Amino acid sequence: MTKSELIAELAAANPHFLAGDVEKIVNTIFDEIAAALAAGARVELRGFGAFTVKHRHARTGRNPRTGAAVAVDAKAVPFFKAGKELRERVNQGQAPAA
Amino acid sequence: MDTVTRAHLAETIYEQIGLSRNESAELLESVLARIAAMLERGESVKISRFGTFSVRQKGRRIGRNPKTGVEVPILPRRVLVFRPSQVLKAQVNGLEVADDEE
Repeated sequence: MTKSELIAELAAANPHFLAGDVEKIVNTIFDEIAAALAAGARVELRGFGAFTVKHRHARTGRNPRTGAAVAVDAKAVPFFKAGKELRERVNQGQAPAA
Repeated sequence: MDTVTRAHLAETIYEQIGLSRNESAELLESVLARIAAMLERGESVKISRFGTFSVRQKGRRIGRNPKTGVEVPILPRRVLVFRPSQVLKAQVNGLEVADDEE
């Protein structure tokens, strides 16, 4: 499912909201999460999961094709950890072949 | 800046969109519920400029209790993974937000 499909489904399921508002809300949610992460905050949505930023040290990488050493700068990486409820729902959604 | 929660997100929606606080919270909840329902069905959810949530199937493997050293089978399971978009990765590094991907 893509963001536009998500917006269309939510608009159809919530006819008391304007479709344009639904779109703005979905965009606002993800823009806010991104802005919070950029500002160094974490975003915790109970039952769903938590977005955090992990920091990676600078390291010496290698160009896999040439084997040449390349300096890789320290960087921050966005990270999402599913909450307990969502993690269990995903795992049980379709019982893996026992 | 510490932790942003549902309440903060709902407040931002309330301020920016002009819906009531209740409606803002209600729609935020619907968004999360809809995403969770798709993931539960094993479908991935791609939010452009933000990232992709997908479900990955993990096979059975032998784990070990690190404290006791006892071997325990880890059963096959499905886990949720989030792959951030290039745009989000750039943002958390304080870089110019790159043009749209896709």
